[in-house]
Amino acid sequence: MGMTITEKILSRHAGLAEVRPGMLINAKVDIALGNDITAPIAIDAFRKAGGGKVFDREKVVLVADHFAPNKDIDSAEQCKLMRDFALEQKLTHYYDVGEAGVEHALLPEKGIVVPGDLVAGADSHTCTYGAVGAFATGVGSTDLAAAMMTGELWFKVPETMKFVYQGRRRPWVSGKDLILYTIGRIGVDGALYRAMEFTGDAVAGLSMADRLTMANMAIEAGGKNGIFIPDAVTEDYCRNRAERKYTFDTSDPDAKYHSVIAIDVEKIEPQVSFPHLPSNAKGISEVGDVRIDQSIIGSCTNGRIEDLRIAAEVLKGRHIAPHYRLIVIPATPAVYRQAMREGLFDIFLDAGGVVSLPTCGPCLGGYMGILAKGERSVSTTNRNFVGRMGHPGSEVYLAGPAVAAATAVAGRLAGPEQL
Amino acid sequence: MKFRGKVWKFGDNIDTDAIIPARYLNIWDPQGLAAHCMEDADPDFVKKMKPGDIIVGGENFGCGSSREHAPIAIKAAGIACVVAKSFARIFYRNSFNMGLPIFESPDLWGKVKEGDEIEVDADAGQIRLIGSAAARLSIQPVPPFMQELIADGGLMNHITKGRKK
Ligand code: SF4
Repeated sequence: MGMTITEKILSRHAGLAEVRPGMLINAKVDIALGNDITAPIAIDAFRKAGGGKVFDREKVVLVADHFAPNKDIDSAEQCKLMRDFALEQKLTHYYDVGEAGVEHALLPEKGIVVPGDLVAGADSHTCTYGAVGAFATGVGSTDLAAAMMTGELWFKVPETMKFVYQGRRRPWVSGKDLILYTIGRIGVDGALYRAMEFTGDAVAGLSMADRLTMANMAIEAGGKNGIFIPDAVTEDYCRNRAERKYTFDTSDPDAKYHSVIAIDVEKIEPQVSFPHLPSNAKGISEVGDVRIDQSIIGSCTNGRIEDLRIAAEVLKGRHIAPHYRLIVIPATPAVYRQAMREGLFDIFLDAGGVVSLPTCGPCLGGYMGILAKGERSVSTTNRNFVGRMGHPGSEVYLAGPAVAAATAVAGRLAGPEQL
Repeated sequence: MKFRGKVWKFGDNIDTDAIIPARYLNIWDPQGLAAHCMEDADPDFVKKMKPGDIIVGGENFGCGSSREHAPIAIKAAGIACVVAKSFARIFYRNSFNMGLPIFESPDLWGKVKEGDEIEVDADAGQIRLIGSAAARLSIQPVPPFMQELIADGGLMNHITKGRKK
């Protein structure tokens, strides 16, 4: 019997000819990732267990992105702890302010993660890298400590759910809308413990940016990983940036799936997920009249140059609503520079918005756009849980860059076609 | 392993932002985190609970971020164990890796109210509802590898033990 792409990558890294869902395996990791929030706990556990040197200084990646540039004294201490460790261990992939961006935008962009990899990251959105055809999953700090020490980690082989997207996308519909719609359909635990394999004609035509956005949110359906079968788009994306040799895996025609879910893309309009679950998705024509105070355009979900271009296209020649805040956060220094060169910053500033440096910032309620009680933000990020971006009495509406930009102009939830 | 304690009940999809809000993630000392345990699900939780109490959750408990701060906060607050209908996978993994006992029981949630007393007997695979004679529920068996992790006191101890062999 055949295997899915997820099973193939896992079996190769476990040194087994075959794996089946439910098996517990020990697998080698190509990349072990941590950030300024998860790494300090991992480093502490690593030291307590007597870890001397990390298993491979090229394979442990640390990124200061969540509360960096340091937002307060406690964050400064955490960042310093991570920086000291990275320097002591002579890590090749350590990224601090100036070089750092939001980790899940940075690693694919720099070619640190390549197709066929097994990536374990102490951050739940590590699943983003499935976009390039890697098995990538979020783990905890203790897992990161173990991976840094041994280069291996235990995994339970997940069952795979296959999502087949068919049909033409409507105007302004991006990967974000497809994934919000999908989560709305299956629920926040609809893929619990499982792999989500994204296939079909409609995804074959998606850019890598859109694929990264979709794989990013697999965790929001409870998924262990999200994955795309590498193709010509993957090859184009990786050719000049991959740091290492890569492998294109594919799912066998006779691979066994937990379920196959067909999604008719033509029916999907721009989506908004209402508070307080990513699964509360509605089409833009059904959102009603909802006053909003702030738009955040950025994060590992939608902070890439393609996202900023969409926002700029909507905002060009327009101005945001009175007393509204528009905060644009390019996800990496390269995105920042590119957006600046293309004149996108001028468009955002002319529209009455601001541009921040690359950071997670407000996405997790860190800083630079925190909400007061009763305030509402539309955000291109991935979570709208209670208190996610500030006061527990505030609200987050998730959407793609087109809706976030159009809402800024209207001051109420709106898509570009409603302007 | 046996735990007897008072039940604190929470609903479905209790996410890690509710268990330990991100505004406290600049703290990583367990006691510091414990002071904010469950704060965005119930702001008074830490004041009301007592060490040895048990959290009973619905579906998908611990969904959201990978922050190990969540099980750390629960453990450091003195919660004996968590029983939920189901757990989000990273939370599940983290709990075993750092030694917070957690158990899956699809039925318990519907059978207890907040303040009830229960006894979780991990070895017998049973939960007893104190004061109601007939009420015994079974818990999902913990896979042998996970039992090993708990017996060794978490993943890092498990690894160091394996290395010494
Ligand atoms: S941008 Fe948001 S979701 Fe992405 S890594 Fe940062 S905090 Fe997490």
